[in-house]
Amino acid sequence: MHFGPHLLLAALEGLVTSAVLALTALGLSLVFGVMRIVNVAHGEFFMLGAVLAWAISTAISGHPAIGFVAALVIAPLLVGLAAFLAEWLVLRRLKYNPESTIVATIGMLYIIQQLALTFYGPEARPVEPPFSYRILLPWFGYSGYKLSVVAASAVLLVITWLVLTRTKIGLIMRATQYDRETAQAFGIPVERVYAGVFAVGAMLAAIAAVLIVPISQAHYLMGQDPLLLSFIVVIIGGLGSLRGTVVAAILIGLSDGIISMFFSPTLAKIIATLVVAMVLVFRPQGLFGTTPR
Amino acid sequence: MADKNGFFDLSKTTLSRRTALKGIAVGAGLALAPGFVRYSQAQSSAPIKIGFQSHRTGIGAAYGRWYEKTSAAAVKAINDAGGISGRKVELVIEDDGTDPARGAEVVNKFAKQHKTDIAFGTLFSHVVIGSAPAAGENKIPYFVVSEGHHVASTKLNRYVFQPGITDVKSQIQSMAPWIAANAGKKVTQIFPDFAFGYDHRDYLPPALKAQGADVIAQIAIPPTESSFTKYFPQIPAETEVIYHVMVGPAVLTFVKELGEFYGSNRPQLFGFMDSLEATDINSPGLEFLDGSHFWEGSPRYAQADDSAAQKAYRAAVGIDDNGAAVGDPKDVSTASHMFGCWETLYVVKKAMEDAGYKGPEDRAKLVEATEALKEFAEGPEHPQGPKTFNGKIHQCFGIQNISKVEGGKLKVVHKTKIEDGLYEPEGDYTKQAL
Repeated sequence: MHFGPHLLLAALEGLVTSAVLALTALGLSLVFGVMRIVNVAHGEFFMLGAVLAWAISTAISGHPAIGFVAALVIAPLLVGLAAFLAEWLVLRRLKYNPESTIVATIGMLYIIQQLALTFYGPEARPVEPPFSYRILLPWFGYSGYKLSVVAASAVLLVITWLVLTRTKIGLIMRATQYDRETAQAFGIPVERVYAGVFAVGAMLAAIAAVLIVPISQAHYLMGQDPLLLSFIVVIIGGLGSLRGTVVAAILIGLSDGIISMFFSPTLAKIIATLVVAMVLVFRPQGLFGTTPR
Repeated sequence: MADKNGFFDLSKTTLSRRTALKGIAVGAGLALAPGFVRYSQAQSSAPIKIGFQSHRTGIGAAYGRWYEKTSAAAVKAINDAGGISGRKVELVIEDDGTDPARGAEVVNKFAKQHKTDIAFGTLFSHVVIGSAPAAGENKIPYFVVSEGHHVASTKLNRYVFQPGITDVKSQIQSMAPWIAANAGKKVTQIFPDFAFGYDHRDYLPPALKAQGADVIAQIAIPPTESSFTKYFPQIPAETEVIYHVMVGPAVLTFVKELGEFYGSNRPQLFGFMDSLEATDINSPGLEFLDGSHFWEGSPRYAQADDSAAQKAYRAAVGIDDNGAAVGDPKDVSTASHMFGCWETLYVVKKAMEDAGYKGPEDRAKLVEATEALKEFAEGPEHPQGPKTFNGKIHQCFGIQNISKVEGGKLKVVHKTKIEDGLYEPEGDYTKQAL
């Protein structure tokens, strides 16, 4: 294959990775930004979204699009509920202590993973895409669905941004992020905000998973890669910075696509990790992060 | 019964109450002492314990579940027919997490904690290679159903056997003539980037060369990869056949993305069933596989000419005509590999009975008795087909199936002969000390 089409394919693949990564990492970043909690179980909420998408879409007969749309609505809600319960049952009891919550979310990771293995099983199961249109380029074919994932992710990112910057809920969240105690003094129910943010963060991961699951199947171990990549993105972009997360996701996704296509996927991971190390050394707050107060 | 000396007549002896109590206490202590009664029983009626190393979790979990089902069915069949040398067989199952380090721990646990008679197990080659030294150190026979060439390469040790499934080198050698004659001469290989994949990488090029065909590109993919489109541009345009063998949970994505990339305008495809084990070939996105060919160890779909033994085996394991669990058509089996568990357990039975195996002290005798085996006839104990066994390299040889995807099913179109897969032994385990 010639260089041009080769690069195009690499960029397309990279864009799909970026799109899903941006949503997942945004959830992680939101939780960290507002609650100052490192949620190690974030990847498992992603996995839970995919597994539920499979369960919902198989339960609904008829055109695959109906099942998919139902999954896109219901799965994130269920995952949000699970995260809400986890927050209430575990994180709140630990008073959001940073060290304890890391250990607690590691525990959640294993609990969710093993529950999925027990009730869903070890198989990778497919979800039918809502439509299967193959875009025929002169050099190769490409899945139309994959491109629609990029579009859907962009729309969702814009919506999240609008909610955070233009609505009262967003204002409350930003206020809590900026200074928890002052926010509380102004009558903001901080604990309720925390519960909501934790649920929304998990829901963003679940939405990303529902979008990706027609491309790569639901499997109980699928949460590990997104977790690692999300951390990379969040560290590079700056913890708690929405803009930084999106920029870093596109950067990491595209470079992963291009480097792994022209060189090797292992090299892509090595470079991403190296970038993280460099960012931590020279700009610990991340590209767009602000120094914590 | 006469009591001439009056031992039991308390009135005639000077046995005090204290002495009597002591005697009772000692007797009770002896009866309860661990090992005392059980040991004498182990020789006769205690069950034979087989430690089963299973991929319950990790990337091999789908295989693990079906390996367990098949082994449980074989053990039931063996026990229903009287067990091994009249003793019941019992499986002790431990999860290896599809991880080499844990695999070795599990084998140690079998030898030291569960004190099983043998270890039996698992598929993924890196787990087998990682566990083999533990089997050698504990001198516990370790029967694997792994398909890789590592056992037959004689690089492991004298306690590792693979009598129930053929190895990759033999499979490739016996199928290469068919590939070169029917699929094409310019072959691009896609394989997983670890031991099992390297067997394919190393043995396919010479086998094809001998048939006048060439491997023009080799693409290694990490076994945990979840997206594959990025690898496909490496496939040269002049490729006539793509030879694919993938493992792990993302196999369906792999085949699907290959379809999106090529559409109907694809090169010939020759795949190892590993690329689609535990996956429905009628999954959405796999239509483009129609007309392509697969290696199958044992056919997933019931064939018109299935033997009575094959039918009985399928019924015992609980798979329907489509190779899925009876009652759950979505639960597709790993038919190409799991038959090896069934056949291996029958080999263990034969070898134990030949050796007059009584307990762990006879493990060396069991090794020698297994090495002395020569062939296994097709039948209820070996439903996949007849096999020969080379005791020097601890490996069996058998037939391979080449199947074509037709109307959403796999139909066997070619069966190789045992002789097609024979090669010169690379070493001799029997020269190693026991």
